[in-house]
Amino acid sequence: MKPQSADNSLMSADSTQRAIRCLVAKVGLDGHDRGAQVIARAFRDAGFEVIYSGLHRAPEEIVQAAVQEDVDVLGISILSGAHNTLIPRIIDGLESDGALDDTLILVGGIIPEEDKAHLKAQGVAEIFGPGTPMAETVEFVRENAPRRIDQ
Amino acid sequence: MSESSKKQESDEPHTLSDHDEQLVASVLAGEQRALARVLSKIENRTAGYRAILVALYEHTGSTPVLGVTGSPGAGKSTLVDKLTKRYRTRDETVGILAVDPASPYTGGSVLGDRIRMGSAAGDRGVFIRSMSARGTLGGLSMATADAVVALDAFGLDRIIIETVGAGQSEVDVVETADSVVVVVQPGAGDDVQLLKAGILEIGDLFVVNKADRPEAAGTVADLEEMIHLRAPPGDANGGAMGGHHAPDTAGHHGSNVDAADPQNESVAGDDEEVGDDDHWTPPVLETVATTAVGVPELVEAIDRHQRYLDRSGGDDERRRRRATATLKRLLQRDLGVLSERLIETRGGIDSLADAIARRETDPYSVVDDLIGPIESAVERAQTEGAESETNRSQT
Repeated sequence: MKPQSADNSLMSADSTQRAIRCLVAKVGLDGHDRGAQVIARAFRDAGFEVIYSGLHRAPEEIVQAAVQEDVDVLGISILSGAHNTLIPRIIDGLESDGALDDTLILVGGIIPEEDKAHLKAQGVAEIFGPGTPMAETVEFVRENAPRRIDQ
Repeated sequence: MSESSKKQESDEPHTLSDHDEQLVASVLAGEQRALARVLSKIENRTAGYRAILVALYEHTGSTPVLGVTGSPGAGKSTLVDKLTKRYRTRDETVGILAVDPASPYTGGSVLGDRIRMGSAAGDRGVFIRSMSARGTLGGLSMATADAVVALDAFGLDRIIIETVGAGQSEVDVVETADSVVVVVQPGAGDDVQLLKAGILEIGDLFVVNKADRPEAAGTVADLEEMIHLRAPPGDANGGAMGGHHAPDTAGHHGSNVDAADPQNESVAGDDEEVGDDDHWTPPVLETVATTAVGVPELVEAIDRHQRYLDRSGGDDERRRRRATATLKRLLQRDLGVLSERLIETRGGIDSLADAIARRETDPYSVVDDLIGPIESAVERAQTEGAESETNRSQT
């Protein structure tokens, strides 16, 4: 799905316009959102629509935002080390709203190697640690964002 | 016009697919996820979205729609947050459309208004949806009007549209609203800026936010003066207000709001804005959104405007105007789509432009040529209309 660039050509009045929608979310108590802001900016520059949650969000708030905004991609930034408690709560919330299956869940931050498999088993699509090139993350979203062939 | 074209949604009959029928039922049953999906379809103009709107439309018309606009950084989102909180204490559910411009270069956007709407977090009685402009001329206001249909049918008690008041497209956006609040921040240049943006004409209520700043009193005075200079109604762009008579409210707002005192009462009194049923003079209120000072008074003033609309028949009037605007927009857009398809049949806009640039032809002839078929169809419709008219008058 090539996002906006093609649509921005002259007079794209009513062709179906599909932009990839992403929620970039900071969950829990850590107050470091430089990374989240950088990724939000990179997503925007890639032509995605980005909703940024702001700091210190509870899992329920993130679920609410993801559902109401109908995002294709949920990027969770977490540096506090509480990922093993917070991320499952988000995933459970999405599931009970019926939104888990078509949301691509990404995690950014410092996740110990031994926790990664566990998170992925629960439904996290990919984990991006420090130093991941921005282009790599953008490319991953392009390739894996749910293709909703809207019926 | 229903020939071979396969996937142009404007040609499809408005029948719902089974999936969409289910979706509509879920929206009417109050499922947030279904509403979110419908809003995506509206934004993306997914095939079939028109049929969904047709199905939802009959369930609409009862929800008051508030527009909140103003320059960037004026505190709109924070104010909307506080308004929402207030409505929630009255047990009213609230739907918010936070409309942001998209980057014209990448089409991407960062929609950050949700951050400032923290008090609604975790409360499912509040539905917040961020929308961006998607780079299409007039597309934003159309999508907003369509989104309001969905929120209305969903059964919320109130709908708030929040948008930056920076240009014509944003002004168009609030056309969908019954009451429009223009948020201004204290400081220099407001008067010029406001007049330039044409925003003064659309406000039913004015709010000077950050009223704990020393410049606030001057801004309030400027605004009141400008409101009193505002042209009486008659121009199509005006709000539903009937101008005003004596400027006898001037000087009322001299005092600053004390941010430390949430009970502060220095905001407009109860009975001064409304002259009679035919006239609404927009009040100028002071708020400090961060501490919710002045917000109860704003809610009260919005209620008062609502009552004024009910009383004066302005509500019907405005609904009619809203319907007119929607009709025109829809027509314009669909005609735009049709002409795009026409252009495709002539080799596309690029090759036409090349030919014009090479002076092989000129834009006027090209457009005459393109419009030809449409024109003859219109003429046919006109003669048919005239014939049936004469037939009717003969019988």
